[in-house]
Amino acid sequence: MKYALGPILYYWSKQRVENFYQLVAQSDIDIVYLGETVCSKRRELKIQDWLKIAQMLLDAGKEVCLSTMALLETPSDLAMLKRYCDQKDFMVEANDLSAIQLLSEQGLSFAIGPAINCYNAQTVDLFISKGMKRWAMPVELSHDWLRKIISDPLLKDKRDNFEVEVFAYGNMPLAYLARCFTARSENRSKDECKLCCIAYPEGRIVNSQDKNQLFVINGIQTMSGLKYNLINDLKSMHGTVDVVRLSPQSEDTLNMLDNFKANESGLAPIPLGKNDECNGYWHKVEGMVQVES
Amino acid sequence: MELLCPAGSLASLKAAVDAGADAVYIGFKDETNARHFAGLNFTERQLEKGIAYLRQHDCRLHVAINTFAHPDGMPRWQASVDKAVAIGADVLIIADLAVLDYCAKTYSDVEIHASVQASVTNAAAINFFVDNFNVKRVVLPRVLSIHQVRQLARVSPVEIEVFAYGSLCIMAEGRCYLSSYLTGESPNTAGACSPAKLVEYKETESGLETHLNGILIDKFSDDEKAGYPTLCKGRFDVGDERYHALEEPTSLNSMEMLPELMKMGISAIKIEGRQRSPAYVSQVTSSWRQAIDACKANPDNFKPSVETEQCLSNLSEGSQTTLGAYHKKWK
Repeated sequence: MKYALGPILYYWSKQRVENFYQLVAQSDIDIVYLGETVCSKRRELKIQDWLKIAQMLLDAGKEVCLSTMALLETPSDLAMLKRYCDQKDFMVEANDLSAIQLLSEQGLSFAIGPAINCYNAQTVDLFISKGMKRWAMPVELSHDWLRKIISDPLLKDKRDNFEVEVFAYGNMPLAYLARCFTARSENRSKDECKLCCIAYPEGRIVNSQDKNQLFVINGIQTMSGLKYNLINDLKSMHGTVDVVRLSPQSEDTLNMLDNFKANESGLAPIPLGKNDECNGYWHKVEGMVQVES
Repeated sequence: MELLCPAGSLASLKAAVDAGADAVYIGFKDETNARHFAGLNFTERQLEKGIAYLRQHDCRLHVAINTFAHPDGMPRWQASVDKAVAIGADVLIIADLAVLDYCAKTYSDVEIHASVQASVTNAAAINFFVDNFNVKRVVLPRVLSIHQVRQLARVSPVEIEVFAYGSLCIMAEGRCYLSSYLTGESPNTAGACSPAKLVEYKETESGLETHLNGILIDKFSDDEKAGYPTLCKGRFDVGDERYHALEEPTSLNSMEMLPELMKMGISAIKIEGRQRSPAYVSQVTSSWRQAIDACKANPDNFKPSVETEQCLSNLSEGSQTTLGAYHKKWK
């Protein structure tokens, strides 16, 4: 089983990002996704900065993939996407069909991120024909759903052509929006956001009136209020999942990687946090629920 | 410009036609339909009658097959496509790439539109749908500003349809899992958002509470009108503030932008609301029919009449309307 570090979903300062990836370079992680996927206004790092980090990680023996935006609304968003799709040094993770269009036009291989709607074997097959090499399923799908897709006769002879990845740790991206909720929480419009996301390295928590942690707002993205944690489900992934994705958190991400690796065969389980973690989607129930693994 | 109206039932279909719709959209009574609600949609007999009525009045039929096929369910989604073609639908509105692929390959003559659930927000994504499935039109999600719609309309090789009026989904449609996170059912997997069977209203000493699957969505004092607990429209706490953290319970109303939409060549405007009553469909359709005709006749001086604005406002959620994302300030 391989481990991947997803793109940083929050807005961190350039210094913080660079420090983080210095640590990542020394870690046991196999695959690293890099880049801004949430908001095009977040420009602490330019494309050259990302490519520099990518090269550093490559030199450290990591497989590197450049992640792209999930919601592209303007010609300038597209122009930026095109720059990522036009470089040939690193594979690109598509998070919108536009990226698949641009990459497949050039005959380039690509990975598909969890923001792309892919709910059945026929869609997986279509993506394989376009050049998909790795597929991260939508976060709302269960182990059962995944197993059904993978075991479809349509994919029987193609299983070696692509890897299956599962988002397994961190607050899950659940929705992409028209407006910026972080700016709204500071009573500002998106145009006058003053890049306030940078003040919230783990997003802003949204509680129900009776203090249930429902969501996390992160710019134009709404995330799960609880951290998804499949550490105790790793054993069930053998045979279906090739790559386990951890989403960078403001602290302790790499410790968590060690914990995941230690429990790969179920020998070192760690109880989930009672009030801040969940695993429901994998078990085919509400995402926010915690099920005994 | 086509006025495309919702028909969740035979009565609504007739109401829309009578009030001046150019086309209606329907869905089947099964999970291939993102408005798969109890008591809604058509039996075979009603479908036959509805189609006859549409033909009599020279009105087009769009069939929405706008959920995502389950891994063991492709035959059911394909059957819906077959059925839509068999009954003579003029257009199929499809979201799932595999269903689009099936339809395009099996019925090369049928007109296909990329559903709003397909989440097409830019030119390269439009090209993906045109190149692969030969779609004739894309329905844009309600996340784009009017300026962004204009930019897209300028470069799109196919027709563009936008939402004009009705409940406001603020998320990029087809990419929102908030409902399955709280309830296990989402628009993509179950054709439902904030499903009614999990809604509970609780009278408490401090006011009326609305719950969704046990989660407190909002609380209303005696002088407030309690709304349906759509999960993105509740009042929540962020920091020290309690407010509609995601969206107020309002409806989209883009009527004042009609001249602009016409000028930029938008091919169709869609009225949301297959779950609404025939009376609602009738009033909304007739307001928009009048507006489109008036705007066509005199685009430079078009302004929705006070009566029309009042009527649409009364019909809307929380009696409030907004231009939504079309207006940049809203974002």
